[in-house]
Amino acid sequence: MTKTEEKHKKFLNLNLRTKTLLIIGIAFLILFSVFVSNYLIDHTAVLTSNFYNINQPPSFEHWFGTDWMGRDMFMRTLLGLGISIGVGAFASIISTIIAILLGVFSSVNTIVDEAVTAVIDLFGSIPHILLIILVSLAFGGGYYGVVMAVGLTHWTPLARVLRAEIKKINTSEYIKLSTEFGKSKMWIAKKHIFPLIISQIIVGVILMFPHAIMHEASISFLGFGLPAHEPAIGIILSESMKYLSMGYWWLAFYPGLALLFLVLLFDLIGENVHKLLDPQSAQE
Amino acid sequence: MSKLLEVEKLSISFSQYFKGLEQRELTVLSDLTMDVDDHEILAVLGSSGSGKSLLAHAILGILPTNAKVSGSIRYKGKEMDDELKEQLRGNVISFIPQSVNNLNPLMKVKDQAIGYTNNEEEKQKLMKKQREIFNQYKLAENVDDMYPFQLSGGMARKVLISTALLNDPEIIIADEPTPGLDEQAVEETINNLIELKEKGIGMILITHDIHTAIETSDRIAILYLGYVIEVTDTKNFSGEGEKLLHPYTRSLYRALPETEFELTEGHQPSYLHIPKGCPYHENCPYQVRECHYELPELREVNGTVIRCFNPLVDGE
Amino acid sequence: MDVMKAEKVSFGYGSHKILQNLNFEMNNNQVIGLFGDSGSGKSTLCKILTGFITDYEGEVTVNGQKHNGGYNPIQLIYQHPEKVMNPRWKMKDVLEESWMPDEKILNEFGIKKEWFKRYPSELSGGELQRFSILRALNPKTKFIIADEISTMLDAVTQVQIWESLLTVARENNVGVLLVSHDKRLINRISDEMVYLSDITD
Repeated sequence: MTKTEEKHKKFLNLNLRTKTLLIIGIAFLILFSVFVSNYLIDHTAVLTSNFYNINQPPSFEHWFGTDWMGRDMFMRTLLGLGISIGVGAFASIISTIIAILLGVFSSVNTIVDEAVTAVIDLFGSIPHILLIILVSLAFGGGYYGVVMAVGLTHWTPLARVLRAEIKKINTSEYIKLSTEFGKSKMWIAKKHIFPLIISQIIVGVILMFPHAIMHEASISFLGFGLPAHEPAIGIILSESMKYLSMGYWWLAFYPGLALLFLVLLFDLIGENVHKLLDPQSAQE
Repeated sequence: MSKLLEVEKLSISFSQYFKGLEQRELTVLSDLTMDVDDHEILAVLGSSGSGKSLLAHAILGILPTNAKVSGSIRYKGKEMDDELKEQLRGNVISFIPQSVNNLNPLMKVKDQAIGYTNNEEEKQKLMKKQREIFNQYKLAENVDDMYPFQLSGGMARKVLISTALLNDPEIIIADEPTPGLDEQAVEETINNLIELKEKGIGMILITHDIHTAIETSDRIAILYLGYVIEVTDTKNFSGEGEKLLHPYTRSLYRALPETEFELTEGHQPSYLHIPKGCPYHENCPYQVRECHYELPELREVNGTVIRCFNPLVDGE
Repeated sequence: MDVMKAEKVSFGYGSHKILQNLNFEMNNNQVIGLFGDSGSGKSTLCKILTGFITDYEGEVTVNGQKHNGGYNPIQLIYQHPEKVMNPRWKMKDVLEESWMPDEKILNEFGIKKEWFKRYPSELSGGELQRFSILRALNPKTKFIIADEISTMLDAVTQVQIWESLLTVARENNVGVLLVSHDKRLINRISDEMVYLSDITD
């Protein structure tokens, strides 16, 4: 290989690593600022009606326009996204805990494993939205109900992955050898298994966010989710339905787009973190 | 006259992502030059996990896309580009893969041997021929309808060889044909390969088993860390190894259990840590100054092609 | 003197018997070569002796005692060292999972300190096999079962690792059962060659 080729390679090499880190950094920064802005915005001031300014199309003053009560849509969207992230975070934590517990449980013995698989299949077989609505109602609706509903229904894919992964590691020959060296089950779990599945867990959690957020928005839109006074994206979208026919397209367009953007950001972070933690998958 | 198949200065490398997307370059074959003619078996001998199989894949044009390849491969003096490789593989150049795992597990043996063809007439012809070849190898009719998992090790080997023969190839590349077989099956396989050679086929035998190489081939190309360090007449693997010119080849021969079982110090490093200069210099008792910083070129000494500054020409 | 004994050992999947009524005995001053064709159940026997397979019939004992948790005095060395190492561990951790040998033994095996910082994927097959042998040579080990440990290595490396292994094993009175399909190697190394077909039904 010639000198110039080598240099070229070096440059590309740096590029990919930095690119991945850069994407993660920027995406995280955007999400973080959306979340923090929620605490900096004066809610009452933003959400108070202002009838001088109703139904204005997007302008430099009001980027996303205003609604039928004269509220700034940009601010409402921002608050809505904040709520989405909040719901997503809580729900992901609940789901992850369930997934880890079931994953670890399944490695106890074959009977428990069968049971865990059955539970996973059972939850997987019920239509998602229906289940979320039912659980949400069972917990009495509201913010609490939505978080619980989304949290209790999103663990299936991660639990499945963790179960398979733990199974794979458990049957590997280095684990068997470890037992021959007289290592205890706890020692093996701590030193061998946990470090190997931690990356799966991290990626699983991040990729759970977009699902949780979308589902929260869907059931809020359908009216089973967050109460009408919360500035959630689902609520905004469902309210705007009434005004769309009058040509106030910006009421739905921008919040919807923002939600999509948010979801894509999480996907982007998840994929890139995955690349960092599991370089084999990054082979061109 | 150009040879049947010539490989010149072939290098294959991969870049891999390692922990945290660090990239590392893995050169598995470096500056490989060799040739094979009809009525000849050339063994390519290298330790396992060394990516010897990639040589076969390069000739057949089935390398993975992230491989970086340089050098030239010629068939009867004609440069083989991707198009020519595709034309030749399976017809003029046949491949005997390592194991039945390379067969489709869901297809009957007979159908795999024949391959896909639209033409009914041609299919009949191929089927007849397949039966003839199978008969030659004493594979009974009931083998035709078996699935790969039903074959024993020796039978599978025969199926793989017969499959390779169906299109009357001029060149056969055999990848590790002997491991995992019992003594009798190994002997049979070796005899089969020699028979093919006598019919005029030129063969490249890729193996890590020095016994198979010695018993089968006419010439042996020895690989060390992806470099050809010596291409020598198989007859030279005899006596005390005094006709083997490269220090590594000689210690390899003298380390065999049936010769001296002689101990040579030093260890073969991984492909990520190939030393500068001669790849063998760190372990070589005969090293000279150049070995440390210069890669010796392949050259001919006493009829042997060798990559060494200080070959063992006069005895020890 | 330590004695390893396998009595009336049978193993199979369903009706398919792989080993039938195997009886075998050796002591810790012996190096025995076990020969069998491929597919004859050699590897299965190795796994039974070392506790990798537990649902067999019969008994494997060391000095009359069955292994029951804790460090197994019979250790297995594999044909493929990379399979018995956690790919995300550095070599130092891999070795220390069993024990940390002193300088003298490390030198005997030609192991360099700089390798300790590397991952298994960064070492050659020969280098990895040195580590996996060394792990098995823990002072608590009484017998080593070597299942085709040099089949994948070149002849030069084969001599090196056997020289080191046998030197350390003899010094510490560890019995070695070498399992191979290569009669030439068995003849060269072992005190005695045993045919698998002779010790089973």
